[in-house]
Amino acid sequence: MTDHITLRVARYRPEKESEVTFQEYELPCPKDWVVLDGLNHIKDRIDGTLSYRWSCRMGICGSCGMLVNGEPKLTCATFLADYAPGPIQVEPLRNFPVIRDLIVELGDFMSSLTRVKPWIIRQVEKPVSEGEYRQTPEELDDYKQFSMCINCMLCYSACPIYGLDPHFIGPAAIALAQRYNLDSRDEGAAQRMEVLSEHDGIWGCTFVGECTKVCPKHVDPAAAIQRYKLQAALDWVKGFVMPRAAQ
Amino acid sequence: MSQQAAYTPYHPRWHRTRVSTWWWLGRWSYFLFILRELTSLAVLWFVVWLILLVRASIGGRPAYQQFLEWAGSPILLALNVLCFALVCLHVVTWFNLAPQAMVVRVAGRRVPGWCIAASNYAALAGVTAVVLGLLLMRE
Amino acid sequence: MAVTPAFDVVLVGGGGAGLRAAIAIAESAPTLRVAVVSKVYPMRSHTVSAEGGAAGVIASDDSLDEHCYDTISGGDWLGDQDAIEAFVREAPEELLRLEHWGCPWSREPDGRVAVRPFGGMKKMRTWFAADKTGFHMLHTLFQTSLKYSGVVRFDEWFVTRLVVDDGRVQGVIAIEMATGRIDVIRARAVILCTGGCGKVFPFTTNASIKTGDGMALAYRAGAPLKDMEFVQYHPTGLPFTGILITEAARAEGGYLINKDGYRYLQDYALGKPQQKPVFRSMELGPRDRLSQAFVKELEKGRTIETPYGPVVHLDLRHLGAGLINRKLPFVRELCLKYQNIDPVTQLIPVRPVVHYMMGGVHTDINGATPLPGLFAAGEVACVSINGANRLGSNSLPELLVFGARAGRAAADYAATAPEPNGHALAQLKDEQRRLETERVQPGGREPIADLRQEMQSTMEASAGIYRTAASLSAGVGTLRTLQERARDLRVEDQSRTFNTERIAALELSFMLDIAETIVASALQRQESRGAHQRTDFPQRDDHKFLAHSVAERQADGSCRVRYMPVTITRWPPAERVYGEAPPEGTHDQGMKDDRSHYAPRRAVPS
Repeated sequence: MTDHITLRVARYRPEKESEVTFQEYELPCPKDWVVLDGLNHIKDRIDGTLSYRWSCRMGICGSCGMLVNGEPKLTCATFLADYAPGPIQVEPLRNFPVIRDLIVELGDFMSSLTRVKPWIIRQVEKPVSEGEYRQTPEELDDYKQFSMCINCMLCYSACPIYGLDPHFIGPAAIALAQRYNLDSRDEGAAQRMEVLSEHDGIWGCTFVGECTKVCPKHVDPAAAIQRYKLQAALDWVKGFVMPRAAQ
Repeated sequence: MSQQAAYTPYHPRWHRTRVSTWWWLGRWSYFLFILRELTSLAVLWFVVWLILLVRASIGGRPAYQQFLEWAGSPILLALNVLCFALVCLHVVTWFNLAPQAMVVRVAGRRVPGWCIAASNYAALAGVTAVVLGLLLMRE
Repeated sequence: MAVTPAFDVVLVGGGGAGLRAAIAIAESAPTLRVAVVSKVYPMRSHTVSAEGGAAGVIASDDSLDEHCYDTISGGDWLGDQDAIEAFVREAPEELLRLEHWGCPWSREPDGRVAVRPFGGMKKMRTWFAADKTGFHMLHTLFQTSLKYSGVVRFDEWFVTRLVVDDGRVQGVIAIEMATGRIDVIRARAVILCTGGCGKVFPFTTNASIKTGDGMALAYRAGAPLKDMEFVQYHPTGLPFTGILITEAARAEGGYLINKDGYRYLQDYALGKPQQKPVFRSMELGPRDRLSQAFVKELEKGRTIETPYGPVVHLDLRHLGAGLINRKLPFVRELCLKYQNIDPVTQLIPVRPVVHYMMGGVHTDINGATPLPGLFAAGEVACVSINGANRLGSNSLPELLVFGARAGRAAADYAATAPEPNGHALAQLKDEQRRLETERVQPGGREPIADLRQEMQSTMEASAGIYRTAASLSAGVGTLRTLQERARDLRVEDQSRTFNTERIAALELSFMLDIAETIVASALQRQESRGAHQRTDFPQRDDHKFLAHSVAERQADGSCRVRYMPVTITRWPPAERVYGEAPPEGTHDQGMKDDRSHYAPRRAVPS
């Protein structure tokens, strides 16, 4: 039973250096500790200058995504003991610019989210006084999986297409669009299709499938994208063959 | 030793790692993905092969004999075996991924993924049986 | 020189209350310039961790008065009844509005919104989205807020101080975390939506970001804090991590058992154990009583010892895998991941953990504080609807109801308030100088983590579930010393770019101020009510203490506590009774003073 483990942590201090360096820290390794506990121990007891994001420590806020031995993981849900005897390499998420140490810049992702219009779009809104829109449990199940995304961006980190082309709108954004498209209360599929059928939308995806593999919430964004492609293709054919009906 | 940063107060430079041209060798899954995409070239080869075969058939017995001899040469044999393996990979990856792309409903219940994949394989087996039957049928 | 433009309304905090308020302003007053300033991206706000549900009267056999009565009695009569009546009336409407915005509420087979029972509630009125209600609510609110392109967001800006001049609030000063730039965001009105302060205690369900920032900002600016001594312990948190196991697990039928497998709550005036959950009885009793029962069991030696301290067990095995996977999937996931336990076949170890602050910035029924231009909504505020103890599933609708009210009230105020004057820039220069001096000064001697841990253990010892004058006075003294020591904090990181150590130091300073108000208020309240239990004053004293405690900062930095009356409308104070049906007509008449329902209390050795 290892009681100590070494963490090799990526450091980037833009005020002092222009490259990423690695720093090694040795820390205790109790069996209940996750990587985040290790980072907190480093910050509290060894090196207060280490910067990283975290909040809920229960895998629901999506703040603590990082690369652990090259794999995108939530550090609050990754146990140190699983990597014993180590060393464990901790780096910021791949495919994003690094601001500092383990913190990456999320601006592109935030604007992708807004672009897909992730809200209920309806021709006519029902007044609140008339009660809820009826939605059966089966209708809820249609989109439920895609509503589980915690915006942790592990999928963007795993996607080689996003790595090669940061303009690609990305798995989480498309899954979110699909979540609304499949919601029985929504009528905005056409508007979202306009955004997503652009070159950097769904057609950028080549179904590598890594996004689904790393998703901690089993959202399956790859499925969302492929289904969307099928839908887009069918809509195009319909628009071609029966232009009036497709309106 | 990392070089000194040119830092303007309140304007830190973000660090961007360049994606290497050999990114696809970095992970087993990326490598399999590229291989999967390349299998379309094997499919293209068999289309070309089919065209050559048809042309040889139209050309009569001597042209067909010539084609068979050429087909029997070690290089072509190796190429065809390799491409057959790649096409099999093509089929397997395609069928296994199909359930993710399609949601099929029967009587209100969602058909499970393995059913969709299995039905694709079953269809393949069926078509293969029919084609083999046609080819091996004696006059 | 301020780089940031001025706004009409600035919201500090981008969680449920902040986003609801922003949407309310964008809808009711679209010409106003609105900004949301949050130290984390909005979808990371702690609203995301809420699990159980949100209460709103929609069942045909339910009534607003019953929800009122449950909330008032749950709060041990310390809630302001006019605010509670408004809250109960507006909650269903707000939850429906959220449904229209796309919130995936769990449904009945016919498509109507489903409700479940919850602790302290007489009827089923808790709406839920599986067991990730807060997550779905927050994401729905955030995604809907993206519709309003006029709302400007300052993501990862840490507010260090409110700008107060001319007797009113004129903006906030904040650090842009990614660059270290310190700037002033001028505004006619500021709404605080920064949540609670669970991190003041060592053992909490709260995320690392819950450091009482807004409460401290208001306190330092001269706004009073109300009912700070009322700290809610949620009865079922996992040992070691403190992760929340939702009350819904008990609402669906889970049992709490001690080391003998005995459902011990029956010993504490919470009714008799039944197979199925009974409203307001046993495991569906109010959280304060359940947490107190744990302490009693611990004294009797009937809890289970683990390497992480004493626990009791939550038994969900009889519910079956089907129900657990359908209604409590997140609970199962958390137990498997963090305790290596499958609730379908094994018992879950749980213990009380700090969860919610009933107290906070004193506001009126529209979220306005006594300081002109300053508003507050959500957990940071104390309206008060939760009184001395909050019922589960009341805080999520609270975000919506009072977030919307505060938004509209701030918009009305800002429409006629004067523009911020030029003194904001002078205050900015002062704050810049203070923060920059601290940043580059050579290392102090007190490590932040050590001081933080000492504060936390002091709070647990002096202001835990049971308190005494001795423990509280000791706490007051220790916290004073910690405040002194905090002047010499060691901050190794002297950089500007995303300096989280500097942020931690600022948060610690906020927490120390808040901790002081908690113990000061607790020391002065010489009675036991709801979540505030004094072993030296074990009874409720409506004569002297049917009042809100109001903590104000004095010029010398100390905390003075005075009292403010509770608004009583239709429900005169009565005994809190759980475990059996209240006698006929209880919800609109007082009960006679009958103490036979209380379990005898024994002194806890401190």
